[in-house]
Amino acid sequence: MSTSPKLLDVQHVTVEFHIGGLLGGALLTAVNDVSFSLESDKPEIFTLAGESGSGKTTLSRLLLRDLEPTKGKVLFEGRDVSTIRKRSEFIEFIKKVQPVFQNPFETFSPLRRVEAYLFDTVKNFRMASNRREAAGIVDDALRSVGLSLDEVRQRYPHELSGGQIQRVSVARALISQPKLILADEPVSMVDASLRMEIVNLFQKLRDERGVSVIYITHDLATAYYISDRIAIMLRGYIVESGPVEDVLERPAHPYTQLLKESVPEPTPSKRESWAKHIELGVTEIKEYGRIGCKFAGRCPKVMDICRQADPPDVQVGRQTVKCYLYSEHVEKTEAGTQP
Amino acid sequence: MTLLSVQNLHAYYKTEAYGISRTVRAVDGVSFDLFPNEIYGVAGESSCGKTTLIKVISGSIRPPLKAIEGSVNYNFGDYQADMLKISQEELRRNIRWKRISYVMQGSMSVLNPVRKVIKTFQDIVDTHERITDKKEFLEKTRAHINRLGLPTDVLNAYPHQLSGGMRQRVAIALATVFQPALIIADEPTTALDVVVQRGVLHMIKDIQAASKNTVLLVTHDMAVHANVADRVMIMYAGRIVEEAPTEVIFNTPLHPYTQHLINSLPMIGEKSMKASLKGSPPNLADPPTGCRFHPRCPYVMDECRTVVPELVSVKERHRVACHLVKEASL
Repeated sequence: MSTSPKLLDVQHVTVEFHIGGLLGGALLTAVNDVSFSLESDKPEIFTLAGESGSGKTTLSRLLLRDLEPTKGKVLFEGRDVSTIRKRSEFIEFIKKVQPVFQNPFETFSPLRRVEAYLFDTVKNFRMASNRREAAGIVDDALRSVGLSLDEVRQRYPHELSGGQIQRVSVARALISQPKLILADEPVSMVDASLRMEIVNLFQKLRDERGVSVIYITHDLATAYYISDRIAIMLRGYIVESGPVEDVLERPAHPYTQLLKESVPEPTPSKRESWAKHIELGVTEIKEYGRIGCKFAGRCPKVMDICRQADPPDVQVGRQTVKCYLYSEHVEKTEAGTQP
Repeated sequence: MTLLSVQNLHAYYKTEAYGISRTVRAVDGVSFDLFPNEIYGVAGESSCGKTTLIKVISGSIRPPLKAIEGSVNYNFGDYQADMLKISQEELRRNIRWKRISYVMQGSMSVLNPVRKVIKTFQDIVDTHERITDKKEFLEKTRAHINRLGLPTDVLNAYPHQLSGGMRQRVAIALATVFQPALIIADEPTTALDVVVQRGVLHMIKDIQAASKNTVLLVTHDMAVHANVADRVMIMYAGRIVEEAPTEVIFNTPLHPYTQHLINSLPMIGEKSMKASLKGSPPNLADPPTGCRFHPRCPYVMDECRTVVPELVSVKERHRVACHLVKEASL
């Protein structure tokens, strides 16, 4: 075990939003008591997966210090990010944590040449003293995503393909030599035939540059393909987390089971299990306000206790599951292991 | 009997500004037939001409889009229509919504955000079939909603009160009020997550099975086609590269592009390396000569660079446009 502080340590974070008017309105808990951490000496790809409205993006805004948690703490290299006040400290922090966004055509202004963004980043972080040095840094970043400054020079966003421009977006994030990249749905706007090149790129960055990646997605198939660990989110909670092979091959939480079953497989002969009918929620707000397990309204194995209080986090094999189904099981094993 | 027969269709976007004219060949020589009682899938990446094809076959041809050549003929049994010659008035009165309806990607923009769902139903029904008896209309609408398995509460809700999946299902309910012979669904589940996507696609399948009509399902997601479509057509840069029954296209894809699309799909339970194709989709204002896939094809031959491969039947109901395949079958 290393004694150095963790790269990222999210401790019991809760984010509440007030929705509706001044009078009345409601409290919406977008992120609810979420904890996870990334080790500093072991780069990995950590996936946050879940449906729209599950709190994935709120959590990523929290990690970028774009939002303050209502409760809990986010520690980056041992420091609570909410104590960062000075601009110089913020620059030091954001140098190490860089975002990659969903739609590369919105990330870059259509009226500016893409290289301008790369040079701006070098300038903002004061990484070079002259233009030639800056060009070297930019070229280096572009080369690690399989492009070069000569290919990109003088080009506008529309002159590059979706895959290329998303790679430029990753290159921009790499300029400051970050330790952590936050990629929010980085492939959902990229064409199918180019998608895998972005996904493979994250793997390469982890292995060759030692960069950790938080990959936010609703696409479980690519998540399985690239990540080391995964956390499944539902209405603000992490309902199941663990090594991606365990969570997606043998899902324990009924919601993860439903998710996995719903991913259409590209094999026509396996149509039957997917064609089984399912219940869908009518509105989203109802599920947020539910007391107890948020999945209780749709869960096939629902028990009375699920509607009364939040389920506990239970260790099942290598995964952590937030479900009453397994809480009994844990008491038994604990009793069994006691001397 | 064929419901729709498209022959050698060429539809281009022609723009002219400051003396520079530009032609984007979005649909370039497409022929296919649609039959009653089937789900026909159309797959391809963005800017391969999928949406332009839908515009032409649904009669929404507006400048700068122009149908240059070819024919689009419908046979609804009691009524025939040539989409390239039909008048707007006739389209509105006899075809739109009654015989051909349309389900779009973003259901939020289909439903009026300041009117209750029932009012949107009322607007549509009133436009096509004057509502004389309001009570009867309400009863019929409730019955229709129930038949599709939706709660009647949704009728009295505003669109923003519904979840994304429910809104999309309301949009499908709207598209099916008149029991159309053809439902065109353009990326109906792209913005939805997997569980909701499954629910929405189930609904489309159920409607099709019950009313035995035709669904044209357009999506870039091959896994959706594998689970929903009866036949699949793959488009690349404005042309059909392959068309076959779903089982056949997934088990024995013949065109290198189809093979890539299917082999590069990541799957849960399998971690082998998946590669991307080199290069990027062509610009349709200046497409490559010969086979439009040749700059990216791993098996490119000299012939591919100059000669356009024809779409030929290799087996019953299996058509491919590739020089490799043509040679192999001779």
